[in-house]
Amino acid sequence: MRLRLEARPVPSRVYVWTAPLIAALATLAVGFVVFSAFGKNPLAAFDAFFIAPIATRYGVAELLLKASPLMLIATGLAIGYRANVWNIGAEGQLTLGAIAGGGVALAVGDALWPPVLLLPAMFVAGAAGGMLWAAIPAWLRTRFNANEILTSLMLVYVATLLLSWLVHGPWRDPEGYNFPQSKIFAANAMLPILLPETRLNAGFLLALAVVAIAWLFVRKHIVGFEMRVAGLSPGAANYAGISWRRNIWLGMLAGGACAGLAGVSEAAGPIGQLLPSMSPGYGFAAIIVAFVGRLHPAGIALASLLMSLLYLGGESAQVNLALPSAVTGLFQGTLLFFLLAADVLVNYRPRMVLA
Amino acid sequence: MNEIAQIVVLTLAAGTPLVFAALGELVVEKAGVLNLGVEGMMLVGAIASFIVAAKAGSPWLGVFVGALAAALLSQIFAVIVLTLRANQVATGLALSLFGIGLSAFIGRPFMSVVIDGIKPLAVPGLSTMPLVGKLIFGHNPLVYLSIALFLAVQVFLQRTRAGLVLRAVGESPQSAHAIGYPVIAIRYAAVLFGGACAGLAGAFLAVAYTPSWVEGMTAGRGWIALALVVFASWKPWRVMIGAYLFGSVTLAQFQAQAAGVAVPSQLLAMLPYVATVVVLALISRDATMIRLNAPASLGKPYHPE
Repeated sequence: MRLRLEARPVPSRVYVWTAPLIAALATLAVGFVVFSAFGKNPLAAFDAFFIAPIATRYGVAELLLKASPLMLIATGLAIGYRANVWNIGAEGQLTLGAIAGGGVALAVGDALWPPVLLLPAMFVAGAAGGMLWAAIPAWLRTRFNANEILTSLMLVYVATLLLSWLVHGPWRDPEGYNFPQSKIFAANAMLPILLPETRLNAGFLLALAVVAIAWLFVRKHIVGFEMRVAGLSPGAANYAGISWRRNIWLGMLAGGACAGLAGVSEAAGPIGQLLPSMSPGYGFAAIIVAFVGRLHPAGIALASLLMSLLYLGGESAQVNLALPSAVTGLFQGTLLFFLLAADVLVNYRPRMVLA
Repeated sequence: MNEIAQIVVLTLAAGTPLVFAALGELVVEKAGVLNLGVEGMMLVGAIASFIVAAKAGSPWLGVFVGALAAALLSQIFAVIVLTLRANQVATGLALSLFGIGLSAFIGRPFMSVVIDGIKPLAVPGLSTMPLVGKLIFGHNPLVYLSIALFLAVQVFLQRTRAGLVLRAVGESPQSAHAIGYPVIAIRYAAVLFGGACAGLAGAFLAVAYTPSWVEGMTAGRGWIALALVVFASWKPWRVMIGAYLFGSVTLAQFQAQAAGVAVPSQLLAMLPYVATVVVLALISRDATMIRLNAPASLGKPYHPE
């Protein structure tokens, strides 16, 4: 007896959507093992990790707050991934967005622009900053044929160092006791809070709007269709005269713009100033969100909630279980592994055959 | 003259993690598999070696366990890509993210632990010889190991039958399968070797170069190693040149800082990353050259049926 994989004539629609569930359940099983290995009661640990963080109104607001940047970035990345444009530098594009948007907030300072003017200006600047950072790999790819995976990733380090230099040097708050941080943004440069007594802000609505627009683009616009064709069959796309250069530019810029918006949302939302690090790895976690959400806007919205819960659970595990919060990264990677493994069921039917 | 010898020693040391990681990835890619998980495997190799060095007191045992741990980790990638036929790019990314998370998780208690690392050679009478003493006998033992690895990879790929078969698998898995070679098994072995090399690279950083454990201490060297393989157009000797060039860039950055150059340290620290981007763009420009040198089936799935 041995296992054989038989190719399905058409991909299984059932498994396209059950594979993420299988992956989530398998990740839970791994969590059970990890918690037991560290001498924690798995049930109590699960409660602390997955239930307690969202048992309160504040917790639910935090869930949505952390899901917003993930949803936003993953939606942008998915547009590129559909066309086989591998932008993995969203973390750097987020950082540039925060620098550009935060730069506007700091430049205006206490000049008392009305929020209806200042906030859009910050978001436009942030999206432009993210797009600029994504344009470099796009240009290097279309002009010099340089692999966008490696160049976009290298630029993450450059962006992080750029922000670090700014908050250590020219943009450091002179009254900040020498801490590497910018001035705190003026009140009119902050996103309005949606739910009183929580940190949930209007950035969540922005994320939802972007998800809806992306859905319309991918499903209803001819260019979105052409990009999907290019991803499914580069040969056919080439034959049909679909420009691969345009796909690379659009794919990269969409990811960069969304990551830049997310950077502004973080700066003008929960953080309220520029710090050396503006994100606990949202740009990388969003790659996982995009895959777990099947590159589909609705799936991405759901997957971003799951990923957000992993972040909250990690924080809760640190406080309540004395486990390092890095357990979040461990679960994120495990989830993606299981998803990719479970995806075999989409295209293949496992069969036990007599050898 | 002693200063020059010292600079050479430091440059080789700075380039050595890239030598290990890039030579391993080169063999993997020669077999037609693109493993983007080098950064993750390096970090796991680094923390595994560091823990063993700290707990067992033997950095050499640590180097061995570091290579072993990363090799084991690489097999998760191999199973998902080679047996379960998943996309190599996505799975490699998953491996990197998983390795980063895993190493940060298990490494937390070792953040400020001090160990006795592997020191540069000091052969009595020889290492102190004027001029050549340091150049020939004054390197870290792992630097010699990396050079031996280079020679072994070079001979294996160009002068042995097994190396020829591995390259055939990377160029045309269909043909290799048709004449009876076990394509999938060979690719498993190549990924295993690449994992062990990435583990050595991480171990060198954790128990010899620094020696210490810091979260994400590889600082993108795994990704630079991937770029280096392209830069080297899949030739081992060019990997060596590229690795030492990057070593000198890293070194120049530290030297400039130490010399008090009036450029902020963060901007100097961008140098290796910017250099990688620029070099990658310059080398990739010649699409024909890349196409002729890259293994023909690189990154493409192959399933014998």
